[in-house]
Amino acid sequence: MDVNSNKYTYVFALIMVIVVAALLSGTSIALKERQEANVRQEKQQDILKSIGVILDRPEAEAQFDNYIKERLVIKNGSPVESEVGAFDINMADAVAKSVEEREVPLYVAEKDGSTYYIVPLRGKGLWGPIWGYISLEEDGSTVYGATFGHKGETPGLGAEISTNEFQAKFEGKQIMEGSDFVSVAVIKGNPEGEHEVDGISGGTITSDGVDAMLEECLKPYIEYFNSSNRATALNAQ
Amino acid sequence: MSTETQEVVKSKEPLFSKKNRRLMTDPLNEDNPITVQVLGICSALAITVKLEPAIVMSLSVFFVLGVGNVVISLMRNLIPNRIRIIVQLVVVASLVILVDQTLKAFLYDVSKQLSVFVGLIITNCIIMGRFEAFALGNTPWKSFLDGVGNAAGYGAILVIVAFFRELFGSGTLFGYPLFEKIGLYSTGYENNGMMLLPPMALIVVALIIWVQRSKTKSLIEEE
Repeated sequence: MDVNSNKYTYVFALIMVIVVAALLSGTSIALKERQEANVRQEKQQDILKSIGVILDRPEAEAQFDNYIKERLVIKNGSPVESEVGAFDINMADAVAKSVEEREVPLYVAEKDGSTYYIVPLRGKGLWGPIWGYISLEEDGSTVYGATFGHKGETPGLGAEISTNEFQAKFEGKQIMEGSDFVSVAVIKGNPEGEHEVDGISGGTITSDGVDAMLEECLKPYIEYFNSSNRATALNAQ
Repeated sequence: MSTETQEVVKSKEPLFSKKNRRLMTDPLNEDNPITVQVLGICSALAITVKLEPAIVMSLSVFFVLGVGNVVISLMRNLIPNRIRIIVQLVVVASLVILVDQTLKAFLYDVSKQLSVFVGLIITNCIIMGRFEAFALGNTPWKSFLDGVGNAAGYGAILVIVAFFRELFGSGTLFGYPLFEKIGLYSTGYENNGMMLLPPMALIVVALIIWVQRSKTKSLIEEE
């Protein structure tokens, strides 16, 4: 048989493509359930991590409902009914909309008797998407904890946003100044005061991405926090 | 009589004959894919900031090159000459996707660490280079040895570069704060931020080439 004839070449290519397609789609279908379970568990793990509860992935799934008491969907500062549950909202699609039209999830967590609000974040790094969760104390302003993840930032540079050292810098910062929203800025050099943290040397674009992501993703909740703060303040009186 | 023995030897070459062993050991030094053939430089720059990803990348290339070389070698008499590069590409891409999917299902945390690097293996010119230059013309066992050898040579350089870059750039090894523990910072030492940037990887690779060339006779060029 002449392996260089046109006919043979076509037949070879055809068979190769079919075999490879069957192999890869078979693998994909067989492993899909496990992969999706991993992603879901990781999301629960990340959400819990933002309030300082550090668990293994399978454990996070089991413990999730013990900590997360409420899952709200917020639109333009007030809770709304949503067709998809808060947990299943696709943040990439949500942040593509304008702030007013966005339906975004808010998790209300309880730990050691205190209430925390957990806000999911989604933004752009240097090479791809970055995301995270930031938890606020009951006043809706003090940052209790933050966690960040990324798709493909450079290890040692931008990827440092997913380290505990970087995330710890956000603790205790304020996103509000009085009743005005100022966010927490990620800056180059020496951070001063409660609205600034130090960025990553060599990871400027990723740091800027975190900065923009925080501001952009916290906006839709501000009115909700302000009004729920007023409610808490009234209750206290 | 001597020809008879030769024939026997020829048909039953031991698995690890001297020639076969050289297939594995040559790429470690005299025929190193990075320092001598100057292939795969891009990945050597990209993922050598820390030791851990460098090692995982080396292992992944080890697998893909070892298996890929055998697959190509098994098909070497069937592959139509005109589409051989496409066939090679399909083999690498499929293997890489298989690795990626399996990691995502069973070793999710490792797969997150690797993120884009697994995909980058496809573009690693060492792999296509070995398919084209070796596996297409040799038996599966020899191709396997060649693949393993080249992947080891590639991995060795990656790990050496990553060792120096992590140690002097971040003061850590595998994330362990070595310099802090031995109290180096209190003497006024500071990490060299330059080591974290890609150009330093090139310089470290160049230093390795320098040392290698001055130590290995066969690589010394006559004036």
